[in-house]
Amino acid sequence: MGRIVLNRDRCKACYICVDSCPNKVLEADEKVNALGYYPAKFNADKKCAGCAICARVCPDMAIEKVYR
Amino acid sequence: MEQLVYKKPDSIRDDFKITFCPGCDHGVAVRLVAEVLDELGVRENTIGIASVGCSVFSYDFFNVDIVEAQHGRSMAVATGVKRSKPDKIVFTYQGDGDLASIGIAETIHAMTRGEKVTAICINNTTYGMTGGQAGPTTLLGQVTTTTTQGRRADINGYPIKISELLKEIEGTAYVARVTLDSPQAVVNAKKCIKKAFEAQIKGLGTGFVEILATCPTNWKMTPQQAHERVRGEMSDVFKPGIYKDKVSEAK
Repeated sequence: MGRIVLNRDRCKACYICVDSCPNKVLEADEKVNALGYYPAKFNADKKCAGCAICARVCPDMAIEKVYR
Repeated sequence: MEQLVYKKPDSIRDDFKITFCPGCDHGVAVRLVAEVLDELGVRENTIGIASVGCSVFSYDFFNVDIVEAQHGRSMAVATGVKRSKPDKIVFTYQGDGDLASIGIAETIHAMTRGEKVTAICINNTTYGMTGGQAGPTTLLGQVTTTTTQGRRADINGYPIKISELLKEIEGTAYVARVTLDSPQAVVNAKKCIKKAFEAQIKGLGTGFVEILATCPTNWKMTPQQAHERVRGEMSDVFKPGIYKDKVSEAK
């Protein structure tokens, strides 16, 4: 099981990570962040493979760490 | 036992703040260059050259020494830095408006001299920072604020194909054009950027990577639609690929 550390106040809600995640672990948050966007949110209930694809496609480096 | 598989590169400053628009590929390109500097272990020995355009903010992100050049003159400044400090790794980070329009003379002459520097060019077919005017790489038919009916060949001319142009220059050692539209493309782009730095480190000549990037704000698209455009009409005109590779030949 993998896990990501997501800095929600860096996210600008482009959702490229949401589209790229093979296991659909990421989704849009319902709460606004400091920048005024609805950031991506890590859903811990789903199985994260720890592939780090989300971190590699994130243009804002909002995904700071990925563990596997 | 958990294993760390990804973390922010050390070559990115700890207090960085990404100032690009949502979904802009600039952020990925900056991170890839930083990861390459980390992997090559040259961060402490690197001098970057910032340019004018959206790429100007590189001094806010890179944890290396950065010189700010005047508009288009990054390759000329890089020449000076490299010649006075030949043991340093020197790279420029420029947009297409900077490298291929106002700075095309500096770029061509620096590469003709075979300066041992690396140039990274972000090609998004428009002038992003100033509000989406037509640039040298604007595609035929593309609507911008200065080509409101779409770019026409008889009035505005044709888009400049930077990689095809620069591969003909004898001083270049590595020329590649990459995209960032999918995870696979990002991994491939990083390999190409690394090769461009190796060309410099091995003293073979200039390394050049053109990155086809998105500008969702000025294209008036979502990030997803913008990536679709990169895959479609942009890749049709600007064909991704490795145009010149003296690095692999030298091995």
